[in-house]
Amino acid sequence: MRVEKNNIFEGVDWLLVLLYVLLVGFGWINIYATSITDTSTDFFDLSTRYDKQLFWILLSIPLIIGILFFNSKYYEKFSSILYLISIASLAGVFILGKNINGAMSWYSFGGISLQPSEFAKAFTALAVAKLLSDRQYNLGLIKNQIKVFIIIFLPAILITLQPDPGSALIYLAFFFVLNREGLTLNYIILGVITIALFILTLLFGPSTVTLISFVIITLFVYFFAKKDSTYLRFQWYKVLSIYLTVGLFIFSTNYVYNTVFEQHHRDRFDVLLGKSIDTKKIGYNTNQSIQAISSGGFSGKGFLQGDRTQGKFVPEQDTDYIFSAVGEEWGFLGSATVIILFMLLLYRIIYLAETHTNKFGRIYGYGVASIFFFHIVINIGMVMQLLPTVGIPLPFFSYGGSSLWGFTLLLFIFIRLDAHKSYDW
Amino acid sequence: MKRSFLLYFIITITGLLLIARLFQLQVIRGSDHNPIQNAAVKVEYTYPERGYIYDRNGILLVANQLSYDVMVVPKEVTALDTLEFCSLLKINKEAFKKRFQKAKNYAPWLPSVFLKQLAKDDFAFLQEKLHKFKGFYIQKRSIRNYPIASAANVLGYISEVNESETRNNSNYQQGELIGTRGVEKQYDSILRGVKGKKYLHRDRLNKVIGSYKDGIYDTLAINGQDIALTIDSKLQQYGELLMQGKRGGIVALEPSSGEILALISAPTYNPNRMTGRQRAANSVQLFDDTQNKPMFDRGLQAIYSPGSPFKIINALIGLQEGVINTKDHFLCYKGFRYGNRKNEFMGCHCGTFGTPIRLQTAITKSCNTYFSNAYIKIINNYSSPSKGMDAWSQHIKSFGLGNFLGYDLPSGKKGLIPNGKYYDNRNRYRWGPTTNISNAIGQGEILTTPIQLANVTAAIANKGFFYTPHILKKTNKKLVNNPDFTIPKQTTIDSVHFAPIIEAMHRVFKKGGTGQYSQVKKIEIAGKTGTVENFTKIDGVRVQQKDHSILIAFAPKDNPKIAIAVFVENGGYGSTIATPIASLLIEKYLHKKVLRKSEEKRMINLSLKSIYDQQIQQPIKGN
Repeated sequence: MRVEKNNIFEGVDWLLVLLYVLLVGFGWINIYATSITDTSTDFFDLSTRYDKQLFWILLSIPLIIGILFFNSKYYEKFSSILYLISIASLAGVFILGKNINGAMSWYSFGGISLQPSEFAKAFTALAVAKLLSDRQYNLGLIKNQIKVFIIIFLPAILITLQPDPGSALIYLAFFFVLNREGLTLNYIILGVITIALFILTLLFGPSTVTLISFVIITLFVYFFAKKDSTYLRFQWYKVLSIYLTVGLFIFSTNYVYNTVFEQHHRDRFDVLLGKSIDTKKIGYNTNQSIQAISSGGFSGKGFLQGDRTQGKFVPEQDTDYIFSAVGEEWGFLGSATVIILFMLLLYRIIYLAETHTNKFGRIYGYGVASIFFFHIVINIGMVMQLLPTVGIPLPFFSYGGSSLWGFTLLLFIFIRLDAHKSYDW
Repeated sequence: MKRSFLLYFIITITGLLLIARLFQLQVIRGSDHNPIQNAAVKVEYTYPERGYIYDRNGILLVANQLSYDVMVVPKEVTALDTLEFCSLLKINKEAFKKRFQKAKNYAPWLPSVFLKQLAKDDFAFLQEKLHKFKGFYIQKRSIRNYPIASAANVLGYISEVNESETRNNSNYQQGELIGTRGVEKQYDSILRGVKGKKYLHRDRLNKVIGSYKDGIYDTLAINGQDIALTIDSKLQQYGELLMQGKRGGIVALEPSSGEILALISAPTYNPNRMTGRQRAANSVQLFDDTQNKPMFDRGLQAIYSPGSPFKIINALIGLQEGVINTKDHFLCYKGFRYGNRKNEFMGCHCGTFGTPIRLQTAITKSCNTYFSNAYIKIINNYSSPSKGMDAWSQHIKSFGLGNFLGYDLPSGKKGLIPNGKYYDNRNRYRWGPTTNISNAIGQGEILTTPIQLANVTAAIANKGFFYTPHILKKTNKKLVNNPDFTIPKQTTIDSVHFAPIIEAMHRVFKKGGTGQYSQVKKIEIAGKTGTVENFTKIDGVRVQQKDHSILIAFAPKDNPKIAIAVFVENGGYGSTIATPIASLLIEKYLHKKVLRKSEEKRMINLSLKSIYDQQIQQPIKGN
């Protein structure tokens, strides 16, 4: 066993740090472009959004040093406590929090607001890693599956109640982690089929979708029955219940859509599915965003030259819609580069996680990669009208201290764990 | 399979999907994004000066003059001395309130026109005091000005562009002035010039936040080009003078080029009435005058039966088809009996009775009997009347009748030249040349416009070909060379057949001819008079009106410089009004001055008002 040195930067993966710096730096440049005005001329003026963000970026340096300062063993040891604290802070928001834009998601101290849900992700990932890395733990057992589901969904439910369903959606990312650790793929397949049936029913109506899905199921049944002649005799109740479930689900879709969903959810779906063409009210954001991105063309209009960005045509452009500013000012080249940088970040995290001999580090790494992945896909997909409008930030790009710190925490705990892996056995 | 593969795989697939979407948005769709057609860009225009219009001799017909609009931005208006302001603008207090409310309703923060086209003197006075009234300012605008009040229908006018035009024509925005009629419309693209553009950057609240890209896309206004018309403005004015108190159209062409020397429609109006502050009121007045129809260009749009001048064409067709010649004769017994019934008889005024009448005499005396016989021979030259009519109509159409002539003015009529099919459809039973015998003498179904008949005259003067009539001579002081107008169009008649006809037309203006009293010294005129029966409906009853007076003529006979067609509605015999007017115009054009002062005076003072007043109706057939 090697002896640990007291250098906190030893073993740090500098490639990840470099990607982090590039993304945060380019992100700030775009926040600058979206929030610059002619009126502010002071050198460092905290009333402007870009200087405020710069302030948060500078403050993340002591945060990073703090994270790297602790031995990785502590993260494993205190993961349960950190998780409990984050649950408490999520619950506390309902009593002590501040209502901003109709959601109780924020703590406010003086002029600074913090959003506990941004930090809860990292701590949930730690708790999941802690639970799954136990040698006694076997994901094949339903009992154990329920345990990990509780850990994952407890914060998700609290966040949904705030209400901030977009941020809660991110917790679905943990299914990738569970799958990596041996959970059957059936959950994901089931989820994908459910969503697909839901959307298809909205688009084509229940009878068409029922017909097509029954034909497909029948083909499967025929396939199985041909392979195994006793299949139908012993499994008929399963086959029947599949038909029934699918049929019921399809016919209940419209009911759920019209009664459980709220109007703004329906509007978002309708716009995305092209059922209603609307560029003024609910579709305004998306339309402006698409216009801004496509007007950027191949090489973009240049820094501070995007007239839609400078004219502030895209609402929320410095937060959730920041990618449209990238699209307009930096064009296809710039925005594709951003996507590639994100992909590199994800590849690198997974690659490093796979090199861990310690299960805890690997599981946490998977958690980090999955969470980033969900954020990136949902945000950029929404900005480019591939997914319905879901208000979650783009990591390192969107304006906001909590989200920047949350993602920094998420990433640098992994870097810390990764730096220590050579001491694991 | 390694467990890590799934996430790698999904990341790669979704990453590529996002990049593909970016490619679709930015590279495929982005390439047709015009950088300056954009919600963030506001365009402001600077207006060019519209091109001037001159006549063929360089006399200025249309110029520009500045006019001043009082503009208001309602939101910027502060408390003001309404009484003083109203007296400055010469409006009353109610009008002030109404106009101000209208501007406010339009948009409180945008400028709108408060008072249009201020008189020049008022402007000078107002300018001194305007600084006292916040929110009001003056905008200069260029409007048309006509130094010579003539040729109103030829020149046309400019007016505010309508909504459908702004949609189809990217050169115009709402509220701008576009050529709406006549030359102004036809050559709008030459006259209008190019607007200067200033691109301003604005934010989502429409607030201008600076010049767009430091003005790299900005352009300067380019003034419109001047044009010169083929019109001889002296001749035009003289024709309008002669036509006062009468209705009708006169078209004069230069046979050797097809240039339109004069295009007169009577009654006409002063073109200055269609500009300036009184424009709206005047335009209502002019357009609502359904009796005189001053906005109706009779030279181009009125369709009349051509009458006797049409006999010339029938004579030429007869010669070309070989069914008549200059030596053969017909007998006339004060008319032509084309059927056995009592009313199937066409009267004739040629004044011969039973003596042989030959082609040239028939033209000079305008003998109906001769041409009825000739017409029947033409039609019967073919196996069936229908085929005969087709051949006949083919010859006539080669003179440019029965269809749009193709001249460069925006209004016109086709007229009508029937063919075999026309009568096949019309007649349920067998028909023959006697069914439509009126065609022989230019009555019946045939309809022509004055400019078409002038063109026929030019074709006769040229002995078989013509140039399409046109009005544009020069653009920007350079002669226009448009092949549509410089390549001659051939008629189906061989040139040898024209000489005897022209000789006969010349005799019309000699002793014994129908135009003998309108001879001009030292000018050899060739022509043909016409007297056209016409009908109008009064309270649903078809009532015959006094005949139209018609003449076609060209001069000099041997080297024609001018070909002219004159239509005077309800003027009576061709020789009484149309012929003197035509001869005066020819004299004016060829000699530059008129010596027959008493004849001139008689024509100018002649008024047909009492006749027109009897017709409370829609005047001309076919409108």
